[in-house]
Amino acid sequence: MKKESFVSIAELSKDKILYLLEMSKEFEKTPNRKILDGKIVATLFFEPSTRTRLSFETAANRLGARVIGFTDPKATSSSKGETLKDTVLMVSNYADIIVMRHYLEGAPKYASEKAPVPIINAGDGANQHPSQTMLDLYSIQKTQGTLENLNIFLVGDLKYGRTVHSLLMAMRHFNPTFHFIAPDELKMPEEYKLYCKKNNIRYVEHTEFTDQIIADADILYMTRIQKERFTDLMEYEHVKNSYVLRNAMLANTRSNLRVLHPLPRVNEIDHDVDNNPKAYYFQQALNGVYVRQAIICDTLGLSLETIKD
Amino acid sequence: MHTKQELQVAALENGTVIDHIPCENLFTVVSLLQLEKMHSNITIGFNLDSKVLGKKGIIKIANKIFSDDEINRIAVVAPNVKLNIIDNYQVIEKKWVELPDELLGIVKCNNPKCITNNEPMPTKFHVINHKECLVKCHYCEKEQTREEITIL
Repeated sequence: MKKESFVSIAELSKDKILYLLEMSKEFEKTPNRKILDGKIVATLFFEPSTRTRLSFETAANRLGARVIGFTDPKATSSSKGETLKDTVLMVSNYADIIVMRHYLEGAPKYASEKAPVPIINAGDGANQHPSQTMLDLYSIQKTQGTLENLNIFLVGDLKYGRTVHSLLMAMRHFNPTFHFIAPDELKMPEEYKLYCKKNNIRYVEHTEFTDQIIADADILYMTRIQKERFTDLMEYEHVKNSYVLRNAMLANTRSNLRVLHPLPRVNEIDHDVDNNPKAYYFQQALNGVYVRQAIICDTLGLSLETIKD
Repeated sequence: MHTKQELQVAALENGTVIDHIPCENLFTVVSLLQLEKMHSNITIGFNLDSKVLGKKGIIKIANKIFSDDEINRIAVVAPNVKLNIIDNYQVIEKKWVELPDELLGIVKCNNPKCITNNEPMPTKFHVINHKECLVKCHYCEKEQTREEITIL
């Protein structure tokens, strides 16, 4: 079987993205398929991320694979000073595939160059979280019936929000129009606006978050504004309640609008939104399992045809 | 053939002449090539007249031919430098330093959270824009400009 790591969304072609989404759809139809019987998936979490780990481990279990790994790097040899290369080579002796979360940026790419088994990036610092992006794409495609020509509104922390940057890059294939809604301190960085210009992605910037502004949105992608991102705490106090989605704001929005959020949510989506049929963030998280099943199978060299059989 | 400027400093029998070095980068080039550790006869010319640059630097190193890796180190700080390989007072080869598509183990990544700054491993950069010397870390994917570059 062909080994192919999954480390960066920037490396994925349009065809590859659509192919993985197609495969994810198969897993949504029938999640339990024992096609990885006898395989071992290692989940190496050098920083804790319960949500992502549970999602990957659920995906592996539904495929019939066994899971080994660690969730607390303090209990492992990397805290004794072992290099990443040594850890990865050691684990490669035991597992058929490694799912890795690391606080250092570029760690999964380096691991993929050293390890004889495929590596899946489950998030590396502020850099990439490609399986999150795939589940965002899957959720958008599923709720809108297409990825093409959509109005996507990104709200909240657009400066440090890794998920919004990756989503923006992945959407370049699908002719989107983006609306960036953020306070000045957290607005979309210049390099991503340049990226939009280079890739002919239309975008509009807003500082206000009102029901009029989101009236023609197809997707409302909410993110958390974190206190520690602010140099000026007065500014934080000022903006923390300005980027909160409330149920009343959705009254005049499009009927196809869906609200996404990478979770965990704190207060940026009011709890009164949860029962609105436009709220999609919990289903979005469930989609993560199907997408991760597809990613695990693809990196292990299993094709869509094999899965359908 | 010797130019007027080259005659201002001693002619070289065998070795390498590095010409057209921007003055402001001359001593960076000297340290990048670790000339201070060499025992050969070395002549360094500073603030010499140049038609192209106005003022230029020149370095003549006796009995030394540089490898491509060593030359690449110069390309980052002095991209338009010319090298003359001298044998028996004759120029036998001319080389123009060019920024390669990839820089291996030359540039430090400015991102403290990059794996390359935390693991014993060589850095790797892709040159995104040769003219502006815009480089991107292969691992953490952060870009840096010529002004931000730190040589390892």
